[in-house]
Amino acid sequence: MKSFNISRRRMARNLGLGAAALCLLGRSLSAQNGEETLVIPKEANPASVIPVAVTGFSGEVDQVVRFDLEVLGCEIVPPDRAVYLVQGSNQGNVQGALLDARTKNSLLAKAYTGGTLRAQAHAFANDVILSLRGTKPIFHTQIAFKADRGNSREIYVSDFDGHNPVAITRDNSIVAAPCWRPGTRILYYNSYKEGFPAIYMHDLNAGIRKPVARHPGSNISPAVAPDGKLALILSKGGNPNLYVADADGQNPRRLTNSREGESSPCWSPDGKKICYASRQEGGRGLYVVDVASGQIRRLRTALVNNATEPDWSPDGKWIAFTTQTGPNSFEVCVIPAEGGEAIRLAPGEDPSWAPNSRTLAIARRTANGNRVLSLLDVPTKRVKDAHQVGGSASQPSWAR
Amino acid sequence: MNRLTASFWFSLGLAVIVLLCDGCRRRPTALTYIPGHSRSVTNEMAGLMDDGTRIPQPPGTGANDLTRGRTDTGPIPLPDRALRENMNEDREYFKNQTVYFDFDKAAVRASERHKVQAVADALKKRPEASVEVEGHCDERGTEEYNRSLGERRALSIREYLVLLGISSERIFTVSFGEDKPAVPGHNEAAWSKNRRGEFILLTPKP
Repeated sequence: MKSFNISRRRMARNLGLGAAALCLLGRSLSAQNGEETLVIPKEANPASVIPVAVTGFSGEVDQVVRFDLEVLGCEIVPPDRAVYLVQGSNQGNVQGALLDARTKNSLLAKAYTGGTLRAQAHAFANDVILSLRGTKPIFHTQIAFKADRGNSREIYVSDFDGHNPVAITRDNSIVAAPCWRPGTRILYYNSYKEGFPAIYMHDLNAGIRKPVARHPGSNISPAVAPDGKLALILSKGGNPNLYVADADGQNPRRLTNSREGESSPCWSPDGKKICYASRQEGGRGLYVVDVASGQIRRLRTALVNNATEPDWSPDGKWIAFTTQTGPNSFEVCVIPAEGGEAIRLAPGEDPSWAPNSRTLAIARRTANGNRVLSLLDVPTKRVKDAHQVGGSASQPSWAR
Repeated sequence: MNRLTASFWFSLGLAVIVLLCDGCRRRPTALTYIPGHSRSVTNEMAGLMDDGTRIPQPPGTGANDLTRGRTDTGPIPLPDRALRENMNEDREYFKNQTVYFDFDKAAVRASERHKVQAVADALKKRPEASVEVEGHCDERGTEEYNRSLGERRALSIREYLVLLGISSERIFTVSFGEDKPAVPGHNEAAWSKNRRGEFILLTPKP
């Protein structure tokens, strides 16, 4: 009974802290977007769930609009309960409007042409979210991930919602850890095609790839900085340590020398720091290394243990990561980039930030042991499963 | 001969350290909150779930951490990949020597050391042969963490083989993380079989 009370109090405390930090997230998001566009979002509080009614669309367009709005923390409700009305049609092309449900004032009215109906629906949803939330549009973006469909395990690229999946490898081997070079169509990943984990650089536009790291032992967990610098884990020196190298893998330079081994590096968006997971100091945790000076500090992730798989938000302010909460259960958390108290978001693993610094792609374990890709709205903590390719899908990397 | 005596005394020293560390393990650990369970676990229960399986512990605190007793050598760099090419692979030869690990640990536990010893003995009798150590994990960890842990397991076995007198140039490593389970299933029976190091005998192609 006593322990129950403790955990309840602790939960209440967590939620309070969470709310405070999420408000902070909201402020930083509006500031970030204020620099790019002069959109003043209708909803100032990013953590508010927005009740929206969607009418007039049919079939795939209707599904896409509803799905996209839910991904950004809207709740689809009947018109009499809605704060905003999303109306439109898809006879031929998509056209749509956004209205204030009370005043019936029009906030947005647009028609779309070209591309597929699906792409038009995403474009309309982008405009609605820009009006409501003021965040950078993401519904036209892509993700890469690892898929295990029983007899084939390959790297896939799909729309952010899991639709239109395409296998970009045909290695018929173990593949892992896809990672985009920011702002490009170049993907780095692991393949065991030669019998050991080597890192490949794959230019999707040109359709060519080349190995960039095939040292003795492990060549794993590639992460690419905006200027193309590569962070990776190599064990050639006798331990799995963090290295940086040129974009083509040349000139590897070791940054850590722990005995226990490092994993999952990610870059700060300014390309000056790398956050990674390690087992130094007797526990799993996150560390940040300043690439120029080599100085390492432990990142404080108060309230949670066993942190791995960090990902630095594109606005530089947040680090999402995975915490292990039980023998086989994992949760996605977020902390301010300088460290602090962790906000627990939802069950799942391996978060990857969308370009809006608000949405995360995660992998969620199902009852049968498979993993499925989901989309997590950080301020509202709402999760929506992406369209699944079948089998097990994990290690999402959001193109940004 | 001198070298053998030295390595005997070293091994004995190692054993003493291991025994001393064993005592530390029984120390009560901090209160552990386990989500989904209505009660806390303390003292002797710490580290065990209701079904008797281990919960995550701070790594590096294990009793049988081979690496903790070693201060004489640093990490042992891996041999050039060219040396691994043009080899016949025999996965059956050391089939009975597969080494099993504790959850989230990379140290070779005492009960598994005779298997590494057997591999070392066999390699001493076949100077033309080399070995590849494959490190594997169970599914209870994040994927890239497990890929690193699998490599660390393979490296621990490699370091032990070096201690037993095998040249580091003859021992290669590869990690598969959790991607190649030996046994399917999502329970401790499967997991304990999947946390492993396998030996592949390598002989030069004629």
